[in-house]
Amino acid sequence: MESVAYSYGEELLSELNISISQGSFYFLTGPSGSGKTTFLKMCYGSLIPTSGNLSVFGKDSCGWSRDEIAYLRRKIGVVHQDCQFLDHLNVADNIALPIKVSARNSLSDSVNLKELLNWVGLSHRSKALPPELSGGERQRAALARAIIMSPDVILADEPTGNIDWEMSQRLIRLLIELNHMGKTVVIATHDLNLIRFTKAGVQARVLRISNKTVQLAGSDL
Amino acid sequence: MASIKNILLPDRYVNQVVPTNGFTTLLTFFTSAAMAFLIVFSLAMSFAADRLAQSWSDSLANSATLRVSAPLADLESQTAAALNVLSNTKGIASFRLLKAEEQQALLEPWFGPKVPISNLPMPRLISIEEDENGYDRVGLRLRLAAEVPSAVLDDHTRWREPLVKAAYRIWFLGWLSIGLVFFIVISMMSLVTRAALSSNKKVIEVLRLVGATDQYIAAAFVRKFAFRAFFGSMLGAFGASMTLFLLPSEADQTVILAGLRLEGFEWSWLIFVPLSFFVFTFFTARIASLSILRSLT
Repeated sequence: MESVAYSYGEELLSELNISISQGSFYFLTGPSGSGKTTFLKMCYGSLIPTSGNLSVFGKDSCGWSRDEIAYLRRKIGVVHQDCQFLDHLNVADNIALPIKVSARNSLSDSVNLKELLNWVGLSHRSKALPPELSGGERQRAALARAIIMSPDVILADEPTGNIDWEMSQRLIRLLIELNHMGKTVVIATHDLNLIRFTKAGVQARVLRISNKTVQLAGSDL
Repeated sequence: MASIKNILLPDRYVNQVVPTNGFTTLLTFFTSAAMAFLIVFSLAMSFAADRLAQSWSDSLANSATLRVSAPLADLESQTAAALNVLSNTKGIASFRLLKAEEQQALLEPWFGPKVPISNLPMPRLISIEEDENGYDRVGLRLRLAAEVPSAVLDDHTRWREPLVKAAYRIWFLGWLSIGLVFFIVISMMSLVTRAALSSNKKVIEVLRLVGATDQYIAAAFVRKFAFRAFFGSMLGAFGASMTLFLLPSEADQTVILAGLRLEGFEWSWLIFVPLSFFVFTFFTARIASLSILRSLT
């Protein structure tokens, strides 16, 4: 990001200058309404900066076509606080959705799906509908869906906002494991305990959004 | 092309990503059925009118009637003179003096079965059939005027033309109705697509989040609408065919709608009704959905 700004009529973010390298682990903190979600949305093409240069995988956001944004999202796994599932499809179908919309080979994917369900501990819930899941299960299902395409980057927006501490730890351990596999992880949160817990297991950096811009926070967190 | 492939090839997920509940499902199916029913009837009306126009045109075009209206004392001699003129006219294949019973039958619809025709000053009627070369109408009229002044040659032009015109007007109205019905189908599909996309914003949001292109999302909606319209119109076309099949036959001339039916190759048009619905719905829903998706950021 070079001098990136975003405005919803009134400027929310400005002068964002940051480069996130492959394989790194970042936390994005800041008070509610400071622009954490907007920052992440710009990263996966849901919002286009109102000014400045944003480049993802070497491609400038100004030149993104609608199809390019769709292809970009296949390389970036996104986990939302509210998860966003298709409530009429079961957990397995929801997790497999990115594969289906990208028309990949279905046979090898079905093997991946089983392994993935097992990895996030949802094998026994694969036929359940999303409204039947607990908060923690929903977050793990959302994580499974975000990584089924083996994306290079995982963006998580308040992934532990609706779950208890035990479930939060479980989710963070999965994200750390992914980071150890070489994935870039960016988590937006204002939970300092979560950041401290994570830093015990991985070298994570903290970005703080304040006064409309983003700064690298000190190591006192 | 990708969208057509998604439409035609079975893909469980393309089928499933859009929920099947909602009023748009029933609305598309039953409106298509009703519209297809109307289209089949309009087709039947057009074809019937075309047949009628053709039949009137053909059956009356090669025939004429010579009417001899003379005082009773001269009637027989004038009739004989007229028959003599006709027998010497080139281009006439046959002619025949109508019997009293035949003339009575012609009057029956107006005066009932027991008309004392022998007591009335009825003209004598001669039916004329021309051969493939035809006869010289002007020449025959001039000869009749000179030799049988009481004879009037009626070549049916006066009757035939308005009847044929009326039949063609009905034919045109039938096709106009079909055009209007398809216009309504297109308008309805556009509205239904917009309603479906508006009520499924969350589905669109999720699909976009996982990397679905606009073409994929549009295909998911279009596929549903196109097949609902196809099966709905099949039902409507089948219902209309059955109704036409059960209508009274043309032989029963006393019943209204007798002759309103499909014949021979005309039945093959029924295949095109559901196919047309599929094609119109496919393109309308696709254009509408892509336009809406472009407007949704």
